[in-house]
Amino acid sequence: MLELALKGGKKYYGWMTFLMVFVGIGFLLYLKQLDFGLGITGLSRDTSWGFYIANFTFLVGVAAGGVMVVLPYYLHDYKAFGKVTILGEFLAISSVLMCVTFILVDLGQPTRIFNVFLYPTPNSVLFWDTIVLNGYLILNIIIGWNVLEAERNGVHYQKWLKPLIYLSIPWAISIHTVTAYLYCGLPGRGFWMTAILAPRFLSSAFAAGPALLILCCLIIRRVSNFDPGREQIQSLAKIVAYAICVNVFFFLCEVFVAFYSQIPEHMDHIKYLFVGLHGHTAYVPWMWASFILMIIGIILTVIPTSRKNEGVLAVACVVIFLGTWIDKGLGMIAGGFTPSPLHEVNEYIPSLPEIGIALGVWAMGFFVLTALFKIAVSVKEETRS
Amino acid sequence: MDSSRRRILRLFGISALALTTRPVLNAFAKEEQTTGAEVVIKEGAKSLKARQWAMVIDTRKFESEADLEPLIEACHKIHNVPALQNKNHEIKWLWGTHYHNAFPGKAARFLAEKVEHRPFLVLCNHCENPPCVRACPTKATWKREADGIVFMDFHRCIGCRFCMAACPFGARSFNYRDPRPFIKETNNKFPTRMKGVVEKCNFCAERLAVGQLPACVEVSNGALAFGDLYDPASEVRELIRTHYTIRRKQILGTEPSVYYIV
Repeated sequence: MLELALKGGKKYYGWMTFLMVFVGIGFLLYLKQLDFGLGITGLSRDTSWGFYIANFTFLVGVAAGGVMVVLPYYLHDYKAFGKVTILGEFLAISSVLMCVTFILVDLGQPTRIFNVFLYPTPNSVLFWDTIVLNGYLILNIIIGWNVLEAERNGVHYQKWLKPLIYLSIPWAISIHTVTAYLYCGLPGRGFWMTAILAPRFLSSAFAAGPALLILCCLIIRRVSNFDPGREQIQSLAKIVAYAICVNVFFFLCEVFVAFYSQIPEHMDHIKYLFVGLHGHTAYVPWMWASFILMIIGIILTVIPTSRKNEGVLAVACVVIFLGTWIDKGLGMIAGGFTPSPLHEVNEYIPSLPEIGIALGVWAMGFFVLTALFKIAVSVKEETRS
Repeated sequence: MDSSRRRILRLFGISALALTTRPVLNAFAKEEQTTGAEVVIKEGAKSLKARQWAMVIDTRKFESEADLEPLIEACHKIHNVPALQNKNHEIKWLWGTHYHNAFPGKAARFLAEKVEHRPFLVLCNHCENPPCVRACPTKATWKREADGIVFMDFHRCIGCRFCMAACPFGARSFNYRDPRPFIKETNNKFPTRMKGVVEKCNFCAERLAVGQLPACVEVSNGALAFGDLYDPASEVRELIRTHYTIRRKQILGTEPSVYYIV
């Protein structure tokens, strides 16, 4: 089936070349980082994780979000989603690939990555994160590929796939739960020390992932002969609506706990992000933008007339994707590290090379995503005709 | 034609398998030989021993940052800690800070003037229940059973910095660039580090092994005491018994081994 990714028009190749340019720039910048060290980033002694880990966290969510088409189809027998499950699975594959790459570029000594397997350490959450992420990647490759191939050949997929499909559903939940556990079990980091961090991550995941999927469906409909379907898009939109509401609700729960209890350790991080602390305010406009974008997203997806208008829905999805990205991909990590354990504010600003490398990883992910979607759409077009 | 191609492929497969098994078997064989010989620093006749090393810092004996200088200097010199200008890349094992930074949440609105202006020495607490050790995915940092020192293997560390996020005391530093050009005078008796690994205070394990007290303790003129927390007759226990001491963020349950007399 891989050959299907090679047959494309000018626009397809143009888009792929465009992405490859960013991959190339990112790669060159990464070579510089390999040579100099992580000092080319904006990271510091106080904020030791930044843009890479934040994007990793966000993308784990997008990967887990794919399950929102798999679950209704396989567990609730919601037939309409049968058409688009493959898109969810392929979105998961490319997202997890980006996640793994983000982890890799964040390592100080990437050549030693296999030490994680040479000296397996079950008490480290990072060890489990490696397992669940790679497991999810493999599961989705096996399931997605085989189901699509069966569809192409006009047969039912192999029986042994069924248990794997069922397994992939809780597995999707696990990847984002374990990723939240990376943060919420650390003593002395008040911002992350909340039992609803994993649920919060999942809610933003189930908003961002399906939102991206809707956008992909709308694009696919425009550029190919395969229509993912209006009903499918509308059902996904309802999922996005619920998830983004829950996400904002969870955030407000956090705000209540921090500001009603008035415990400085919990308040100060939120203060830093939303009003600034000791005169440091770099994140303030971003965080308010994130909050407002999510509120606009709620309004546009909850009101039936705007949700049912696919043009408005597309805007809503972009808004929600951006809002959740700022929330998680920008504020979540820097906010947890500021103020530092010694209650000092050393503001973290990602450096240009750092942003360039991150863009390269995103471009790589979208390259893989486009290729996989091209394959899936080609098969759908083939079987229809 | 087809069958001969298949045969050649099979041959390739078998030879590839044979090539990969050898190193695996070798690895197992080596593992067998090295068990029981995992001593990090050889124990000599003179080496100092304890169940859990602990430090008591008499902060009353430090009036200004200048009083801390000789201690920090001694530590950073023998451990090849580089002097980096960029604050983001800074590496420190031992440093001075204000009371409200060393003990956030413990500072009263109005503080005794002396305490307000006194510098507080901070370093790795060698916690009895260290969260950094829990976080490390490669066992590159661990709690040494023999004496409770939280150890670091610079050669195994993959530079994921999970330990830095886990440490509630900001005790760990990361080599954001090659530190070697920034070491004023290299001490050949202690390893230098490479870029991309984490480091921190090691309670001078290399000095304890040869019967010497930690460098900072040695040059502190008695302001720092060092000894076994579980030996009721030790100097640290004597000080803890006779003075009111506090520890950093005790509420987190990490059980720091550095005590402060305020």
